[in-house]
Amino acid sequence: MSGPNTNYDPVEVTPLHADEVARMRDEALAAIAAAADLDELRSARLAHAGDRSPLALANREIGALPPQARKDAGMRIGAARRAVNDALAARQAELEAEREARILVEEAVDVTVPWDVEPRGARHPLTTIQERIADVFVAMGWEVAEGPEAEAEWLNFDALNIPPDHPARTTMDTFFVAPEDNGVVLRTHTSPAQARTMLSRKPPIYVICPGRVYRTDELDATHTPVFHQVEGLVVDEGITLAHLKGTLDHFAAAMFGPGLKTRLRPYYFPFTEPSAELDLQCFVCRGESVGNPDRPCRTCGSEGWIEWGGCGVVNPRVLTACGVDAERYSGFAFGMGIERTLMFRNGVEDMRDMVEGDVRFTRAFGWES
Amino acid sequence: MRVPISWLREYVDLPASITGREVADALIRVGLEVETVESVGADVKGPLMLGRVLEFVEEPQKNGKTIRWCQVDVGAAEPRGIVCGARNFAVGDLVVVALPGTTLPGDFTITARKTYGHVSDGMICSTRELGVGDDHDGILVLDPSDGTPGDDAAPVLHLRDEVLDIAVTPDRGYTMSVRGIAREAATALGLAFSDPVKPELAPNVSDKGYPVRVDDTAGCAVFAAVTVEGFDPAAPSPRWLQRRVQLAGMRPISAAVDVTNYVMLEFGQPIHGYDRSRLAGPIVVRRAEPGEKLQTLDGATRELDPEDLLITDDSGPIGLAGVMGGATTELSDTTTDVVIEAAHFDAVVIARTSRRHKLSSEASKRFERGVDTAIQGYAAQRVAELLVSIGGGRILDGATLIGTPPPAPQITIPADHAARVAGYPIPVEVFVRRLEEVGCVVETRGEAGAERLTVTPPSWRPDLADPNDLAEEVIRLEGYDTVPSVLPVAPPGRGLTSDQRLRRTVGRVLAGAGYVEVLAYPFVGEADFDRLRLPADDPRRQALRLANPLSEEEPLLRTTLLPGLLAIARRNVGRGFTDLALFELGVVFRPRPDAPAAPRLPVDRRPSEEEIAALDAALPDQPRRVGVVLTGDRQPAGWQSTARSATWADAIQAARIVAEAAGVELSVRADEHAPWHPGRCAALLVDGRLVGHAGELHPKVVEAYGLPPRAAAMELQLDRLEASMRPVSAPQVSTYPPAKEDVALIVDAAVPVADVEAALRDGVGDLLESVRLFDVYTGAQIEAGTKSLAFALRFRAPDRTLTDAEVSAAKQAAVDEAARRTHAVQRGT
Repeated sequence: MSGPNTNYDPVEVTPLHADEVARMRDEALAAIAAAADLDELRSARLAHAGDRSPLALANREIGALPPQARKDAGMRIGAARRAVNDALAARQAELEAEREARILVEEAVDVTVPWDVEPRGARHPLTTIQERIADVFVAMGWEVAEGPEAEAEWLNFDALNIPPDHPARTTMDTFFVAPEDNGVVLRTHTSPAQARTMLSRKPPIYVICPGRVYRTDELDATHTPVFHQVEGLVVDEGITLAHLKGTLDHFAAAMFGPGLKTRLRPYYFPFTEPSAELDLQCFVCRGESVGNPDRPCRTCGSEGWIEWGGCGVVNPRVLTACGVDAERYSGFAFGMGIERTLMFRNGVEDMRDMVEGDVRFTRAFGWES
Repeated sequence: MRVPISWLREYVDLPASITGREVADALIRVGLEVETVESVGADVKGPLMLGRVLEFVEEPQKNGKTIRWCQVDVGAAEPRGIVCGARNFAVGDLVVVALPGTTLPGDFTITARKTYGHVSDGMICSTRELGVGDDHDGILVLDPSDGTPGDDAAPVLHLRDEVLDIAVTPDRGYTMSVRGIAREAATALGLAFSDPVKPELAPNVSDKGYPVRVDDTAGCAVFAAVTVEGFDPAAPSPRWLQRRVQLAGMRPISAAVDVTNYVMLEFGQPIHGYDRSRLAGPIVVRRAEPGEKLQTLDGATRELDPEDLLITDDSGPIGLAGVMGGATTELSDTTTDVVIEAAHFDAVVIARTSRRHKLSSEASKRFERGVDTAIQGYAAQRVAELLVSIGGGRILDGATLIGTPPPAPQITIPADHAARVAGYPIPVEVFVRRLEEVGCVVETRGEAGAERLTVTPPSWRPDLADPNDLAEEVIRLEGYDTVPSVLPVAPPGRGLTSDQRLRRTVGRVLAGAGYVEVLAYPFVGEADFDRLRLPADDPRRQALRLANPLSEEEPLLRTTLLPGLLAIARRNVGRGFTDLALFELGVVFRPRPDAPAAPRLPVDRRPSEEEIAALDAALPDQPRRVGVVLTGDRQPAGWQSTARSATWADAIQAARIVAEAAGVELSVRADEHAPWHPGRCAALLVDGRLVGHAGELHPKVVEAYGLPPRAAAMELQLDRLEASMRPVSAPQVSTYPPAKEDVALIVDAAVPVADVEAALRDGVGDLLESVRLFDVYTGAQIEAGTKSLAFALRFRAPDRTLTDAEVSAAKQAAVDEAARRTHAVQRGT
């Protein structure tokens, strides 16, 4: 490192001449501007802004100048070096941006290439639709009640006002657990879960009972011996048919969209009195296909209504058998087939599709039906 | 029940313009399940008319047939020439002629065509061709009084009608009659009803009637018998009667039989006719004696049960009461004297007999649902009068009528009962009027605003027994559509239970891990247990058996989810899907040894806790399980990676996924358990308790179910996880840096990784944040029979940065503990 040069005549220090400084600066700026990439810029930096660059060397000579000249020369050199450094930084940023842009272009991929096929799982639509139904009622404060599938005959029939020789017993083709007289059946409906609820809790009772039930039907396009139902039960003071209707209207709207009508048709069930069958206005054609051959509706068969389930005011005999004071409390109950609901809601045409476990069928539903 | 509208019109004053559909809609609104409205005869179109055969020539043909070339007067100036193959008519007979352009049932259009050397200008029709009968032995010959040539044949044949087909619910036995449906239609449409059970039909009862003794008045409350003598068995049953019986769905047979069926359809009262000449002594109604047999009208000989109610005479049983008559006293084509039975039999007695003999008849269907208790005499008299009007003879003076109908129950209810059930105001007078329309006798008592009604239901409504039965009558006749819609407000609920939530979560995480849910039938057979190679004493072989399975191959209820999962896997493989990951969440049935039979409890009160416990004691355990089956590739080959087969490890991982969903810690140890591969089977434990098994299936099991090799499975008892579920206690999250150390340990090849890992964990204690196995090595660089396990350890303290000395001490403690427990030696030392 050279110290202040006291031996030279200061006026002899040519690099500090204004035009010389300007030349060095201009050379530097030209080199910077000419750098085509970051490597060339690094060389230019070394040559024009490094420790041994002309401007750096000139800067060291300032000390050799007479004091009155140092200020000017210092300012001149300083300005030149700032200009060079600024140009370097600007060019650096420019080239880096160019490089980044180039890399991003080079890294472009074919986004249409599929991901390596990850096995796709799915939940059975009969499961998810049951959950969806349960959620509608849980949101209103109801609870989900369940019971055993192999059930006492008394709870499946007798407690529900279906005595041993009642014709309704023969219409529900029952699987009996051997020996036949041991009083155990595969439940033919989820109603015994309701009976159990009444036996185990005090009113008010607001429960929904989804579950698996059994009848001795051979499997075909419209029957299956193992199927699912959801039943609802309310037991409270002052419960009426009007409350049943209100509940079903809400349920229908939650499942199929608002504004759909429901219709009750008088019917017979031993466990309810009065009883009704529940029809749902066709959610596809909303009744517009009726008498309109130009616009047939496959969902309702151009009937305008879809048979959905059964319902009624709980027969006071059932309340009594299940330990509820029928003088003080009344109730309503309703039930519908889940398979049937899925069939018309999602256009399932063959019962067997819901039974066979073909992964193509179930995967189509994903996680929610 | 099928009802022709023309028949209904006899008892309801239906407007001429009303359609069958409109009647059906009105009936549906009040609760009759009208399934179809059929327009019969609508398929017959064009010039179908009466004709008179003027002359004919018989012409033998080469094919051996003889045809008649007929000249037929059809009311036009010139007769028509028609070829007819039948020979059951004579010159001058009135016949039905389908002229060219007529369409007959089966879309059969008549044209003038050349046949047997003539142009046949129409067709002379048989009853079958017309769709009004089965007879095709000859053409239909009408009575001269039926009309004149050129008349439209349709009204003469009663061709066109509308028929309602109504599904009768068990409570509405009275609608298994034209009478009952007419009453409903009249009420539903607000029209007048005239009861076919007219007072003038009351039989002239005396002790001169056919002798009858009823030994079982519980089974037979009423027995009426009316005798007709001198009936002409050759008399044909009139066309209107045959047509109605036919449209109602029964087959016309003979005048006598058709009449008994006609009155049954009309009144709902089953009728039985006996040939008096074949009766031996008095008719006795009694239960069967052991060993008695009866040949019923269907030809079957039946062993009778002492509970069966019988009609007998001196010869023994002659009929299964209310179900089917016997062969020995059957009406025949020589019967001139007929004893007509109209009785009331108990619904339960008939239902049981019908079921016992697997014999359901038009009669038994009506008795099971309840028949009017007050019309037996009228019905028998109606049959007798019809018989005499058709086949002559006379009604014997003196009808038998045994027993009196049981008194109808009286029901007393507050006058606002229907309103309280319906949830909207129903005035007292409406309540009373509707009940009266149904046939009830109603007495009103008490002050205005607090009236009480005493209601006596009619004899044809045994279903009206409770206050709510009466409420239903009123509400349905007012129309269910008038009931308002009111959403009840439930008290605050508790949401889903923890096991309900767990099931949802498990389903979701397994679906998220690529498993597809299946819902298999729970029916299995012994063959499944054999295919699963379950040992003879395996408790899973102790299965509940169905008394009436759908298939004799699968009479048992599953004790494990695997047979169903494997069968569904097999089905998918058969359909070309070999890469499968299936799961099922469901119950299995595990019988309790020596479970008692479930008691049949009374229903007039709540059962006691002991009684409820006795019901539950009869039931099998029904634990809820989750199972998976994997076959083929877990991950098929792609552009980024090669295929990865599903293995035992995936099956065990499925159990870990389930355990994580439940928030419980699963541990695994080697086990030997069917149906798994003995060297690739894991016992799954939670809190030291066995919860299931997982691994690769035994090769023979895989083969037996026809699955791709190396299929794997897992089955786990979900409710055992619930026992270990606890609220999470939050971890302390340290913000100090971690220290990472790797350690390689050589152990005997038989030492489970889980043991080494547990030793490492326990050796370090709290400072260990995680431990992860990242390499397993066996080979030349280490001793044979050993393996090298490389673990990545991560240490972290909650309150400070660990010093190097602390970290190496911790690592050493881990290695020391592994050495102590598993004789592990640190590699490279």
